[in-house]
Amino acid sequence: MTDEYEHYEAIVVGAGPGGAAAAAALADRDVETLVLERGVEAGSKNVTGGLIYAEESAPYTIDDLFPDVRSEATDRPVTEYYLHNVAGNKVKTYDISGLHGHDTEWSDAVLRRKMDAWLADEVHERCRETGGGLLTDVRVNGLLREDGEIVGVTCDEIEPITADLIVAADGVNSELARDAGLMDWEDPEEWFQGVKAVVDLPADEIETRFDLPEGEGAAHLFSGDLFEGARGGGFVYTNDDSLSIGTVFHLDSIVDEQVEPHELLDALLTHPLLADWIGEDYEELEYSAKLVPDSKKVAHPSPHEDRLVLVGDAAGQMQAQGPIIKGMNHAVTAGALAAEAFVEARRDGDPHAAGERYERKLDSTGTMGKLRPRRYKIAAALGEPEPISGLVDSVVASPVGRLALGNRVSDKLLGRLYDSPFMAMMVPDTRTPYVTMPTVIAERLGEPVEGESHVEPPDLTERIGNLTYNTDVGNPHIVVEDESWEASGAAVWSCPVSARGFGGGCYREETVETNGSTERAVSLDTQPCVECGTCAVVADTHWEHPSGGKGVEFKQG
Amino acid sequence: MTKGVPDFSEGVVSFDEDGHLERGKTPTVMNPNDAYALEAALQTKVRHGGTVSVMSMGPPGYQEVLEEAMESVYADDAYLLSDREMAAADTWATAITVATGIHKLEAEAGEEVDLVFAGFKTADGETGHTGPQTAWCLDWPMITHVIALDVDEEERTVRAKRLVEGDIEEIETVETELPALIVPDPEFAPSYHRASHRLTHKDLRAETRERVNDIDDLVTVWNHEDLNLDPDYIGLDGSPTIVESVDPIPKAPSEREATMIDPADEDAMGEVLDELLPYAD
Repeated sequence: MTDEYEHYEAIVVGAGPGGAAAAAALADRDVETLVLERGVEAGSKNVTGGLIYAEESAPYTIDDLFPDVRSEATDRPVTEYYLHNVAGNKVKTYDISGLHGHDTEWSDAVLRRKMDAWLADEVHERCRETGGGLLTDVRVNGLLREDGEIVGVTCDEIEPITADLIVAADGVNSELARDAGLMDWEDPEEWFQGVKAVVDLPADEIETRFDLPEGEGAAHLFSGDLFEGARGGGFVYTNDDSLSIGTVFHLDSIVDEQVEPHELLDALLTHPLLADWIGEDYEELEYSAKLVPDSKKVAHPSPHEDRLVLVGDAAGQMQAQGPIIKGMNHAVTAGALAAEAFVEARRDGDPHAAGERYERKLDSTGTMGKLRPRRYKIAAALGEPEPISGLVDSVVASPVGRLALGNRVSDKLLGRLYDSPFMAMMVPDTRTPYVTMPTVIAERLGEPVEGESHVEPPDLTERIGNLTYNTDVGNPHIVVEDESWEASGAAVWSCPVSARGFGGGCYREETVETNGSTERAVSLDTQPCVECGTCAVVADTHWEHPSGGKGVEFKQG
Repeated sequence: MTKGVPDFSEGVVSFDEDGHLERGKTPTVMNPNDAYALEAALQTKVRHGGTVSVMSMGPPGYQEVLEEAMESVYADDAYLLSDREMAAADTWATAITVATGIHKLEAEAGEEVDLVFAGFKTADGETGHTGPQTAWCLDWPMITHVIALDVDEEERTVRAKRLVEGDIEEIETVETELPALIVPDPEFAPSYHRASHRLTHKDLRAETRERVNDIDDLVTVWNHEDLNLDPDYIGLDGSPTIVESVDPIPKAPSEREATMIDPADEDAMGEVLDELLPYAD
């Protein structure tokens, strides 16, 4: 029955860095490769913080596969890296360029529309030579099975296609990974949520205000008391002629603290520390949001099933340990390793057995070790259970802790610890490293920041209004299955384009009167949806992506 | 087949005081209905390969129309049948000229044309005659109001779904031998449901973008001598249609009375509110 379908040797779903790397590595090995991307252009559905790394220890880096990527598609190389501990207007800054430079060949700021679109053109050209190619505006909506075994994909726009290898590089909300039962959207503790503003700033102003040599860039991280106690932090990265300013929090923390993500972003944007960088004229080019997998918890140790392999965010391969934030580089490595695995399996006469080899390669190259570090496992076992983490947190905040952290000896020691990759691997997911410790450090050792912010960030109405949508009218891609406040109320504040008391977003609080009693419920309008996937985790929904070419279109990403 | 017509878009088209079209002040664009013909031709090229030529009869300025047509159908080349003797032709004289152009194209190319696609009536004449009359001149079968089509290369047939009498409620499937003339309906929707078709489409788009840079080299102009046509049978002299006069359609009388109110006039606005009050509950 599957004979009537079109067949390609390999199908790659999603044209982000992971999919592009897989496709390029397959095409370079003469594998007939078809890439299917649901956006109107590669990158139009993608959001990053973001910095892309080339690690010295990695078997593949993006410039191995795309030699011109840095000159054509990335922004400024990051040559300075700082971490700011904030308490009120007091700030204690540590230079963590050493940590940043550890195992780093280079690291550039990127905007995904620009980078991914460029990668996609390269990929199409190389794949076309194999008889395949890259198509945009096609949404792969599920797996094609024959006798219970995965043999291909089904799509909204075109007929099903069979393949010997299916690479799911379809992002953090991978529908294929969920169809295969390899990933779920159940536990907020397994995810981060990031929101970002891309802010217009001319190249020469960036260099002046950040005191940078021409063409070079800086990265700044922020933690402390400016985020209402939510576990996470903020960042500022310099692009060629804009700034990426964002905040990332553990999703369970957003849910539990009942904070509004866009307000936490605004808290960073309006902090006096950023006043001199942003200046008087704040022009926000784009507001965006993204769910981020926490590889320590969700990187799938065995990311394959039949002919399907998962790559990048789809497999939870996003490393976030303290100030180490690496995702795209691991996706690139994984994509290329999957290609390698397939070609070896095909050579040995069993092309459908690439998955096992791919898994072994992730282990033997040390990639899985970075995503799921053993040291973290030990530290987490000791530091994360509630009684212990609560105790540690109160000790740090107590007079003893304040004394221990707040003297000149500890200042020097802290500087070294923050800059240490060994320590970064062990940072537990508790309030202590994100909120309490930075706050105490800033209070005891910080200097007050002079100046005042003149930044007035746009409200959600303006932010939504500035985004481009091609709404699939009458065909909502998300359906709330349980509209009760208990089941789905968290979406109202957790959704980055919704807020309590705001009627123009996706999720709203409703009051339903039945049989004389009043109940709280939620209602949903998917028109402003930025497809981040947050509500799939925090609310009871049936969640799908919009059809090819439909939904939000990011111009920056 | 395509034709240049006045751009009737709001704000672009220009009429004089008597309601006559001011041809000189209104730009010429490709006939909007021709887009469906071009879509159908492109779908055929994507699925079956081959070459697509665009042909039009009109003044030399039509090159822009041909360029627009070429870009939308990813055409390989274009032919403009143009000379003073062809001017003021009715649909009959136009059909004779275009059919002759198609025969010359076959002679020059050394192979037969399999399919001709014509738009469903033009925005200026609104007759819908030129396509069918061209089929008659060529002595080819014709399928009109086509909403989907499929070519069987081996059997040399074309099968089409068409609206019976242009009615969306009634659809029939018909089949005929090649060569044939196809008139797609505005309901025609191209379908590219296979990845390979979409990849070919993408290739053709990229190739066309390159090619149209040299559009002047791709347009061939033929006059009546090139076509070996007797001036008595083409243009105004060859047109049996006589247009006696054109009457503007009278403006429909308004059925409701309107009262104009100046928003600055407070008393008058008060009356408006009084009028609205009963509906305000």
